[in-house]
Amino acid sequence: MSLTAKDMATVKTLWGKISSKSDEIGAEALGRMLTVYPQTKTYFAHWADLSPGSAPVKKHGKTIMGAVSAAVASIEDLPGAMSQLSELHAYKLRVDPSNFKILSHNLLVVLAIQFPSDFTPEVHVAMDKFLSAVALALSEKYR
Amino acid sequence: MVEWTDFERATIQDIFSKMDYESVGHNALARCLVVYPWTQRYFGKFGNLYNAAAIMGNPMVAAHGAVVLHGLDKAVKNMDNIKATYAELSVLHSEKLHVDPDNFRLLADCLTIVVASRLGTGFTADVQAAFQKFLAVVGSALTKQYH
Repeated sequence: MSLTAKDMATVKTLWGKISSKSDEIGAEALGRMLTVYPQTKTYFAHWADLSPGSAPVKKHGKTIMGAVSAAVASIEDLPGAMSQLSELHAYKLRVDPSNFKILSHNLLVVLAIQFPSDFTPEVHVAMDKFLSAVALALSEKYR
Repeated sequence: MVEWTDFERATIQDIFSKMDYESVGHNALARCLVVYPWTQRYFGKFGNLYNAAAIMGNPMVAAHGAVVLHGLDKAVKNMDNIKATYAELSVLHSEKLHVDPDNFRLLADCLTIVVASRLGTGFTADVQAAFQKFLAVVGSALTKQYH
């Protein structure tokens, strides 16, 4: 299920429309993930405040979206672009890769809420494929 | 038995009382067929599913989407007994329709996204959690009679 040229173009076009709000989107998606899938909180026990809208959640949402933005820019070579982050997640963070799917789902929900007319089924499938490809690149170094 | 908080009960009743079944059902099923094209395997008799536009414009998809969504009414009205409520439908999906239960989750995700886009900021994280829990319980009940 690799990204076609059309998928890449669709993702870049959507990104152009949403990038000015990307920090907010990231924070919202992360907050939702922690609420809707409480098991994900186990990775953030070191944060003072895990509630949606808290400072650590906002900061981390921004960090994540920075990486997703870089992935959009390097969409033709995701494994290459995500190599260092993959090492980080594999050797240091050791996040179970099933959680990448969970965060992706919540990112899609936020896009549906904030950009309902742009998030058509065709855009949805391209974004879902893209986020799956990013997740795959992130899990490259795991074993 | 599934434990529901007062908030969860109220949220589910509220969402479905305001639901435009025809529109949401149509859009959710169509989105599922576009985003997860392998789900088209169950709809060989629906005619043209060749591309997103064809799927969205297909009247059989629209009609069936509404049927599926109205099927959720049983659960909305019997939240304390969803497992038993869906026993027959579970047998149907297993023995007659031969639907891989993984598809219930795929449709649930598409339904979540459509409802989210309709409710906008009203679809808070807590509302999302209640809605997804409800759909997961329905999916589990529909899977119960598979063997």
